[in-house]
Amino acid sequence: MKKIKVRICVGTSCFVMGSAQIQSLEFNAPSDIADEIEIVEERCMNLCKDITRKRNRGPFVYVDDELIEEATYEKVVAKIREKLQK
Amino acid sequence: MLIPKNNANLMRTKILIKLAQSYLEDKFAEADRIPLELRPKDGEVSRCCVYKDRAVLKYRCMAGLGHCPEEETDELTTLKEYGEQALERTHAPKNKLSVIDIACSACVKSQYVITNVCRGCFAQPCRLNCPKEAISIVNGRAHIDPDKCVNCGKCFEVCPYHSVVKIPVPCEEACPVGAITKDEKGKEHIDVEKCISCGRCLASCPFGAIVERSQMIDVMREVKETDKKVIAMLAPAISGQFPGSLQNLVGALKKFGFSDVIEVAVGADITTQKEAAEFIERMEEGKPFMTTSCCPAYFRAAQVHIPELKPYVSSTKTPMYYTAELVKQEHPDCISVFVGPCLAKRAEAEWDKNVDYVLTFEELGAMLVASGINVDECEEESFSKVSHVQGRQFPVTGGVAGAVASLVGDKVEIRTEKIDGLTKENIKLLKRYATKGGENNMLEVMCCEGGCVSGPGCIALSKKAARAVDAYAQSGEQLTPESKIG
Ligand code: FES
Repeated sequence: MKKIKVRICVGTSCFVMGSAQIQSLEFNAPSDIADEIEIVEERCMNLCKDITRKRNRGPFVYVDDELIEEATYEKVVAKIREKLQK
Repeated sequence: MLIPKNNANLMRTKILIKLAQSYLEDKFAEADRIPLELRPKDGEVSRCCVYKDRAVLKYRCMAGLGHCPEEETDELTTLKEYGEQALERTHAPKNKLSVIDIACSACVKSQYVITNVCRGCFAQPCRLNCPKEAISIVNGRAHIDPDKCVNCGKCFEVCPYHSVVKIPVPCEEACPVGAITKDEKGKEHIDVEKCISCGRCLASCPFGAIVERSQMIDVMREVKETDKKVIAMLAPAISGQFPGSLQNLVGALKKFGFSDVIEVAVGADITTQKEAAEFIERMEEGKPFMTTSCCPAYFRAAQVHIPELKPYVSSTKTPMYYTAELVKQEHPDCISVFVGPCLAKRAEAEWDKNVDYVLTFEELGAMLVASGINVDECEEESFSKVSHVQGRQFPVTGGVAGAVASLVGDKVEIRTEKIDGLTKENIKLLKRYATKGGENNMLEVMCCEGGCVSGPGCIALSKKAARAVDAYAQSGEQLTPESKIG
């Protein structure tokens, strides 16, 4: 089966705001998803600079093509599980 | 533990970014909006209501501005005013960890409780083993009288049904030296005499109730509003804290306005040389063992809590000390800013006249984010001084001892031991070493488990950071006792 791609932005803004913590997925992802994901580090995707958003809604993570704003470890895991169920 | 930083920790980062932005935009004119922006009316709530959340956030902002929440004299003082006061300071605010009274949830006093898993058994090992006769059988179930209980944990150990649970107080559990305790209202207080500034309580409190005075605004003011040379000294744990190369990071700091950037690994090289020489001398004098001295939280713990250990602590100074000395020799009028993972360094800097300010990686990160600087897009620039393998490996547990050992050579026998984390157990171990001696003669003591890469001021995961530190160390040259540094 094709793995779910988890693209974690590690630009300075996202990294400082918490994407660093989401990298825990590399070490101890829950067992039901650990083998189903592929983790990629992205450079700044310029979403943090998008001034049409009232505030910086980082950190940003893509789970396949779905963007998660203000991403946290829990949110990303939940999204991955949701995708797996489909 | 799965995720090292809880939401309360991440909120601190957000607060720092907002404060830095507020300073850069309009010198805090709109700072009083920060709690509102972080807790909008229609957003989620973490305490009883959005208003209490905001009240707590205001205190956390105060700390971010370098004030201590306990200093509040008038509740109506605005963040704008606190910000302006911060800009009037000309010296770093004194380091202090403190508890935000209203945020402390006054967790129940650490205690053992018997749950309904209890079968009310015939043997009653809990009651028999309790040294204080605190357990009685009420309605067919064991019950602990909280007034008699001394929290020894015997009942917890002996219950065959595991029906006894311990309700901990996270900050008290985390503090290795018993510096944080409850007042009569159940709120926590930190005893400054006992506190070793390690920051464990701050990282562990699930309510984000513990804060310390930040020096971020002071450094920003020095950079942006004075024409002094402001020099950043990056602790060796910097590797891996900001994706991009270290050269990118030097470029980023210069873009922000620092006039020069130097690695504290250079000072760590000097520490290595001196500590190796000191070790050889002490062993030749017949001393049983020596401990490292570069971890300021441990150093203070030894002074205050383990006095019997004092004669064995190395008298070699820390990497920060030697680095700052080099910097001030070359630029006597500069402002020197240590940037590291450590809160205890703020305390160390107070008696080191060569260090003007101390920032955490997190604070530096907030400054960069607020300025819209993306590290890996910055021009690559190099450090003005080159460090060696030994100095670079300091921040990972085993690194300091390894560095010293590599320079001791075969002059005397060196048997190293890592005391990885200043836990209550390890403090006992150290005491035993001081009174009864032990197997090894070179003890490396790190307050944070895993070394400085796990410090409370870090951004990156310690595992990833440790790898980056290692890779960077391996790219360096070997140090010798004769290498000329600086
Ligand atoms: S840093 Fe992630 S989008 Fe810019």
